[in-house]
Amino acid sequence: MKFTEDHEWLRVEGDLIVVGITEHAAEQLGDVVFVELPELETQVARGDEVCVIESVKAASDILAPLEGEIVAVNDALSDNPSLVNEDPTGDAWFFKLKIDDMGALDEFMSEDEYKDFIS
Amino acid sequence: MTETLRTCLYDLHLELGARMVPFAGYQMPVQYPMGVMGEHQHTRSRAGLFDVSHMGQVILGARDAAATLETLVPVDIQGLAEGRQRYALFTNDDGGILDDLMVANRGDHLFLVVNAACKAQDIAHLQAHLAGVEAVTDRALIALQGPEAEGALARLVPGVAAMRFMDVITLDWDGTALWISRSGYTGEDGFEISVPETRAEALCRALLAMPEVAPIGLGARDSLRLEAGLCLYGHDIDATTSPVEAGLTWAIQKVRRTGGARAGGFPGAGRILRELADGPARLRVGLSPATRAPMREGTPLFATEEGTDPVGIVTSGGFGPTVGAPVSMGYLPPGLAIPDTRVFGEVRGKRLAARVVPLPFRPSTYRK
Repeated sequence: MKFTEDHEWLRVEGDLIVVGITEHAAEQLGDVVFVELPELETQVARGDEVCVIESVKAASDILAPLEGEIVAVNDALSDNPSLVNEDPTGDAWFFKLKIDDMGALDEFMSEDEYKDFIS
Repeated sequence: MTETLRTCLYDLHLELGARMVPFAGYQMPVQYPMGVMGEHQHTRSRAGLFDVSHMGQVILGARDAAATLETLVPVDIQGLAEGRQRYALFTNDDGGILDDLMVANRGDHLFLVVNAACKAQDIAHLQAHLAGVEAVTDRALIALQGPEAEGALARLVPGVAAMRFMDVITLDWDGTALWISRSGYTGEDGFEISVPETRAEALCRALLAMPEVAPIGLGARDSLRLEAGLCLYGHDIDATTSPVEAGLTWAIQKVRRTGGARAGGFPGAGRILRELADGPARLRVGLSPATRAPMREGTPLFATEEGTDPVGIVTSGGFGPTVGAPVSMGYLPPGLAIPDTRVFGEVRGKRLAARVVPLPFRPSTYRK
């Protein structure tokens, strides 16, 4: 698993990457009450705002970590946004992104590097 | 940069694991490990303890304080009985609201509780018009709110069980005089307690040792008061909104209205009395968004999905944990401020439907 400075985790699944937010991010957000997911088959550029997470406190965006195409979204989050707090690195994935070059993942942080980053 | 202040309970908040944020010049707990949602539900089902020591406590000691205070608020202060409290508003010459406050008649003086962000301005305003204005700086203020608040507090001070909503009393706790009112800002039955700073932490610890009492932060304080349909100064009401627009006409007693024995005689009386007679240009309403997306403060409101000019604005909004859905308050023209009217809020470029609903979103449980 790789980690971005925007507190997202990226997991490789075949030729796709699965994107979610870290436990640290979920804890900072507080109780999540609403998630807006992107449309399927959307082409996204790196840094695009692709999801909105509303917690009891505020709205925040999830940014596309890389250029690619949204090929799956986790509809379970629409019905049960609190999954983000319960299982941020498991059931609460947000979307799957098809990217051209898996090598692009190398630039992101390892789990240890991310732990240093947030400490 | 101005230094942020700490209440005398700062160390206790840290010990309880609070996340601290700057608020109105103070470092205040926004939430504890229970989280905003849990703290909200706990307050609605059991008893929540809030540090509201950042708010201003003011004593008006002059003999004519009630009559003079009436020159600053559109409220019946002279008719406020000893041992009773009431909600009031400082108005400006334009009929806008300078602050909202609580006024208690404590026998030989009036006791005021004003908003933290406004307290310096409020005290200056009072001092410009009244003698004997004393800011209370050596007492903390805590609130205990929720259905089990009475039972918890009565274990320390049994006298509170006999109080009714908006009663005020002084009771002894272990040699310390507590100034207690049966009120709060959550829509729940509960109490606000002014306690000397030297004894505040001990009082909080005594309450927190009870299984039904948990510490509650500003996050849940905000969602609780929003569900209760209560105004947050600087958001739902400000120097441009009149009490009539804000739906606070219940706070203006008959005696201060046209035809009353002490009609007018407060700042902005022209506009406020006119609006009472003819209706205001806009009204505060409750809004129930049709989707789960919260409509937060600043969301523009439109009469139709395609409308180009906003007809109103959201002034408070978020998720209501007890309601189980997003809830908002905002302003609309009177023609639209009618329950079940459909309006549209623009959220992230999309027009989302919302229904005008009566306030509060959740009925209060005061012990009247």
